[in-house]
Amino acid sequence: MSLTVQTETPVIEVSHVSTRFGQAVVHEDVSLMVVRGEIFAIAGGNGSGKSTLLREIVGLLTPTSGEIRLFGRDSRELEGSDGQPLHRRFGVMFQGGALFSSMTLAENVAVPLREHTHLNARIIRDIVALKIALVGLPPDSAVKFPSELSGGMRRRAALARAIVMDPELLFLDEPTAGLDPIIADGFDQLLVHLKRLLGFTVVMVTHDLDTLWRLADRVALLGSGRVVGLGTMEELAHCEDPLVHEYFNGPRGRAARLQYAGTVMHQD
Amino acid sequence: MTLVQDRLLRCQGSWTMPDIAPVEQALRGSFWTQHGALVLETSDIHAFDTGGAVVLQRFLTEARRGGCEVTIQGLRSEYAQLLSLVASNWGAIATDPPVRPNRGVRLELWIRDRFADMVRALAFVGESVVASLRVFVAPSQVRWRTCLQSLRVDGVNALPITGLLTFLIGVVIAYQGAEQLRKFGTNIFIVDLVGISLLREIAPLIVAILVAGRSGSAYAAQIGTMKVTEELDAVKTFGLSPIDLLVLPRVVALIVAVPLLTAYADVLGVFGGMLIASNQLNVSFTAFLSRFDEAVALRHFLIGIGKAPFFAAIIALVGCYQGLQIRGGVDDVGRQTTISVVQSIFLVIIFDAICSILLSWWDL
Repeated sequence: MSLTVQTETPVIEVSHVSTRFGQAVVHEDVSLMVVRGEIFAIAGGNGSGKSTLLREIVGLLTPTSGEIRLFGRDSRELEGSDGQPLHRRFGVMFQGGALFSSMTLAENVAVPLREHTHLNARIIRDIVALKIALVGLPPDSAVKFPSELSGGMRRRAALARAIVMDPELLFLDEPTAGLDPIIADGFDQLLVHLKRLLGFTVVMVTHDLDTLWRLADRVALLGSGRVVGLGTMEELAHCEDPLVHEYFNGPRGRAARLQYAGTVMHQD
Repeated sequence: MTLVQDRLLRCQGSWTMPDIAPVEQALRGSFWTQHGALVLETSDIHAFDTGGAVVLQRFLTEARRGGCEVTIQGLRSEYAQLLSLVASNWGAIATDPPVRPNRGVRLELWIRDRFADMVRALAFVGESVVASLRVFVAPSQVRWRTCLQSLRVDGVNALPITGLLTFLIGVVIAYQGAEQLRKFGTNIFIVDLVGISLLREIAPLIVAILVAGRSGSAYAAQIGTMKVTEELDAVKTFGLSPIDLLVLPRVVALIVAVPLLTAYADVLGVFGGMLIASNQLNVSFTAFLSRFDEAVALRHFLIGIGKAPFFAAIIALVGCYQGLQIRGGVDDVGRQTTISVVQSIFLVIIFDAICSILLSWWDL
């Protein structure tokens, strides 16, 4: 009945998902939808189940009830051996980077290529070098081990590994948490730049309000296990719901919004 | 996927990372570019990603280097964008990858590392010895609670496995000996065989090896994980010393636990031998025990028990030291734990050998 004509299947469809760990209820009837090409953010306070939802979407956890569809396919397929083609269509960047500590940066980035393609070593090296250059890391960092990289560089390296197969869908878990403001800004810009170049859909979990204002096309705010707000940042900022209002209109929320308004005016 | 038609190369199909390998193989070499000019007809490519773009760009670069002018026809605009993205980053891609230092430099680094490692180990032993003197000077400052906890985990909880293993070792020694002794009709000497070898050498060694595997490795992993998660740094910011807090209680606990475990292992090992003696050699329990009294001098027991605290100190110090050496990430924890076990068993056996030589000099 909606006015927009939905010809394409949504990239992600989460319907009526509930999650319980023993007695603790993490999600209660969460539903949301991500369409192709958007930057979709899942926001919420600490412990609101953002990361758990992300882990369920990428198939690391199974929800207690409800259904999650990725590219129109049930995400439970990811567990089986026939989940390989589905795995290849998305990349995940974990919060701490989750780089394999026994491998150099270049070897880390090359893992999906080595496992999923039959390319020869030279082409793999070329693709890896391209992705390392795209995320803005210097070429000589390729032979370094994760323990030799700074936090910001590790984040970029993790992004390079996540996008190495040109995924259609990119998941980011707290991409800017723990980074200084300058590096975090740089990371936001990098993400927009890469999205324009490679054209992927982004789903990110974050509570960085600046990132939300600057990047997110749509935001789902989780609170007490439910989706309490869903829409663009403008819509959410004017939402009357007390939970949403509190989240986006606290001192930090207002500051981020003012700063965003400032940059928009600057660009005009 | 590619077929040629008089200097016109038709490219088709999917040029994406999962599918590009055969195309890349076909394009390699100078076969296509031997004619000075080549046209690539690319309108039939229906999927293209950066992998395809890298393959194409590599082909273009090599063709141009070989003096062949390649023109691309009909590449979709979004694909052309990807190609130009690759071309604009070609500088970074084509540069030779930096390499790790070569062998000579690595050898030098390795030797320096080993030397620095030795210095660090010595410093650590020194620090620990100084810290342990405090046990006598100011016993109230020792973390007795950690000590007792460690005593339970590394001592009491090790009783079943140590007991079982030394019992079996006693059985094995008696079994092997029984065969030979029966030939000479000297059945009663089974007591000397089992008693002396177990009390003096085998029981302390078996206990030490077990404790190194059970507790030494656990120390390295525990302390290493604490280091990785910055818990040790937190401890230091409170003005506390990790040696006092973590190392000393463990060393003290093991020094108490290992001799006790050894004595217990002695009993079970000899009991194992006794069972076999009565079963295979008709040496009754009473005969065994009365012979034990005269054949096995007290010094054998004391030498075995006397070595145990030193074994304990070696194992605890090596485990804690290797744990503290972890610098990188979780990957190091596993490696350093392995090193701690190998090193502590190695050092225990070396120490045992030195003891044997010294004691035989002194006719003990």
